[in-house]
Amino acid sequence: MKLRYKRASLIGAAIVAVALAVTLILSAFRSNIVFFYTPTQVANGEVPKDASFRIGGMVVEHSLERQPDGLTVHFVVTDTVKHIPVSYQGILPDLFKEGKGVVAQGVLDLEGRFIASNVLAKHDENYMPPEAAEALKRAKAAEATQTPGTAGSKS
Amino acid sequence: MIPEIGHFALILALLVAVVQGVFPIAGAALNKPAWIALAKPSARLQFLLVTLAMLCLAYTFAIKDYSVLYVASNSNSKLPLHYRVAALWGGHEGSLLLWVFILNLWTLAVSFFSKALPELTRARILGVMGLISIGFLLFMLTVSNPFERLIPAAIDGRDLNPLLQDPGMVFHPPMLYMGYVGFSVAFAFAIAALLGGELDAAWARWSRPWTTLAWLFLTVGIMAGSNWAYYELGWGGWWFWDAVENASFMPWLVGTALIHSLAVTEKRGSFKAWTVLLAITAFSLSLLGTFLVRSGVLTSVHAFATDPERGLFILAFLVIVIGGSLGLFAWRATSIAKGGSFSAFSRESLLLSNNVLLVVAAASVMLGTLYPLFLDTLNLGKISVGPPYFDTVFAPLMAPAVFLMGIGPLARWKKAELPELIVRLRWAFLVSVVTAILLPLILGRWTPMVGLGLFLAFWVFFSSLQTLWGRLRLAGLPISERLRSLTRSWWGMWLAHIGIGVFILGVTIVKGFETETAVRMHPGDVAHLSGYDFTFDGVAEVQGPNYIATQGNLRVSCNQREVASLHPQKRLYTVQNMPMTEAGIAAGLWSDQYASLGESLGDGSWSVRIYHKPMVNWIWGGCLLMAAGGVLALSDKRYRIRHKRPGQQKVATV
Repeated sequence: MKLRYKRASLIGAAIVAVALAVTLILSAFRSNIVFFYTPTQVANGEVPKDASFRIGGMVVEHSLERQPDGLTVHFVVTDTVKHIPVSYQGILPDLFKEGKGVVAQGVLDLEGRFIASNVLAKHDENYMPPEAAEALKRAKAAEATQTPGTAGSKS
Repeated sequence: MIPEIGHFALILALLVAVVQGVFPIAGAALNKPAWIALAKPSARLQFLLVTLAMLCLAYTFAIKDYSVLYVASNSNSKLPLHYRVAALWGGHEGSLLLWVFILNLWTLAVSFFSKALPELTRARILGVMGLISIGFLLFMLTVSNPFERLIPAAIDGRDLNPLLQDPGMVFHPPMLYMGYVGFSVAFAFAIAALLGGELDAAWARWSRPWTTLAWLFLTVGIMAGSNWAYYELGWGGWWFWDAVENASFMPWLVGTALIHSLAVTEKRGSFKAWTVLLAITAFSLSLLGTFLVRSGVLTSVHAFATDPERGLFILAFLVIVIGGSLGLFAWRATSIAKGGSFSAFSRESLLLSNNVLLVVAAASVMLGTLYPLFLDTLNLGKISVGPPYFDTVFAPLMAPAVFLMGIGPLARWKKAELPELIVRLRWAFLVSVVTAILLPLILGRWTPMVGLGLFLAFWVFFSSLQTLWGRLRLAGLPISERLRSLTRSWWGMWLAHIGIGVFILGVTIVKGFETETAVRMHPGDVAHLSGYDFTFDGVAEVQGPNYIATQGNLRVSCNQREVASLHPQKRLYTVQNMPMTEAGIAAGLWSDQYASLGESLGDGSWSVRIYHKPMVNWIWGGCLLMAAGGVLALSDKRYRIRHKRPGQQKVATV
């Protein structure tokens, strides 16, 4: 009897500990997911106001402007339909180029400018970041469905 | 001609692998000695054939034969010879060949160093490894043949990805694969034991050195990768929770659990089913890692291959291996005899808690790594799970594990006395707490995470010293005698635990006290960071074998005294027209000064990123100590003597 009681309490403690760990993991998970949006979704106001998110697309040609401090840059990201101005302070990755794909993570300020905390470009000349490719694909699909009259694509 | 010989060798290797995979296992089941006897020769023959294929591919790279597709896409005539050879595993096909080669290396080792094993067990082990080999050889021969010809031949190769042109490329992948594939041995031992129905202490003792060896290779491999990322990517990070890193970290966590669980199974006969499950899981995660990295499902810097067909093959292979082994486990586990019982507070229960924490940690890494892929596959949206998730989850899970690590080696098997342990560890605990409070105040910054990290690091050091002291103070004998009574495997455990402490210390200090700045620098400008002055002397052009570089020159001085000079480069690899940043690092025991060049801003000035990284090298030093602990444990003489009576246990010392 005593042994059984001991074993039951041991198993009970283990279950409580694992449940605690799972709760911790899931809550950390929920608060750290970063969602991805296309420039069209950003322009339509479908993005979170207070959380950071990712946008992807192409850097518009000749849109890169370096500010006088030498470290802040402005550029425009597009999915060929909508343009989103982006501001970033820091050194851009090696493969950041106008006309190429890019993914940025950050928040939207009140004037609709995306303040990036992180800019990613991938390590291969021919390789488009999947998020950027996805944004262009969705924009194209939206265009195609818009012609017959119904707008919008499932996100 | 040479590539065709290599291709043919692979086909023959597949046939031999079928013989090695089918006959010994069937022979062991049907009791046919002639079939069982095929295990060793077929394993060795397969090794020779795969080695021949490796040599053929290496030769093809060396002589720059661009009529072979894989060679043409992964190397270039301007590439130096050592990178041309390392380019062998720079892409998908070649790294699979490396995988199979290393699998055969392990198989060969098992065939030689298994004289103590009963013949049936050895036949089953080699058979299981043959079956794994079949999967990979089939994969190569059907959808990813490294010897495929390119007609017409290319005039020159497309070059190895510049990111991979680094000494790290020569060591990191082979080491990592030695670790990954090494878990196949523990897996094969477990499956063989399930097939034979003999899960006993002898089985655990035989598996232990192999598992330790695989684990130490994996440790060194991950360490080399982390170090490589630190100096190559140019932003001073050493771990990014990138999916590819996670893919290697999950088997490491489970492998660490397996090492400890095997110790219990050997010493006490407990945890048998759990140990088998861990062995299966560790190898499955290694396969999953291969799948993640090599099928291109990841949106990560490492995913160079993008081909769904291959992914499907590996996925099917994974399902067969994991499903098959778990099925076998479910079928046979009921016949596993119960091990020794133990009380709620004992070394067994402490090791069990450590195991559970490690496995939960591995599961949390898996969730963060696979969930985004899962959503993406089902078209439910694209998300990413960043480092904050892993940081938040990891510290609370690992902190108790590290705390228990200090107690475990002191606790008795079967039943430990809590009051006695508290008395023995009270000074270690108090000194760690005081150090964790005072040291950050001296260093100028106290945060809860710094305090916790320092406490854990010093707890590991002081409790380890206490354990050593306890061993040396045993009744009556002179010190030298007592030192000799400690086995090498005990010292291995001790050193590996110290390595964890060193690692935690490095991580805590870097995370808590690193500083960085991004500045615009004109020649002659001075930047200040953490007491160091960085003087920018402008840039100069440097010509490399297959790149041109702009090299910045920075002088680092501290208290008016010049201590180092940094030469960060901005390289342009001419073949792929790809820019690459090469950091300039002055490494030291107590801190690294680290600089990388940004862009030219006109008028001779550059944007420069400068980092001060205190004690960052302790991170890798800690990993090396863990690996050294593994080496010590392996050199223990009890693994070298033949066990004539496998049923009999030696006196427990660990």
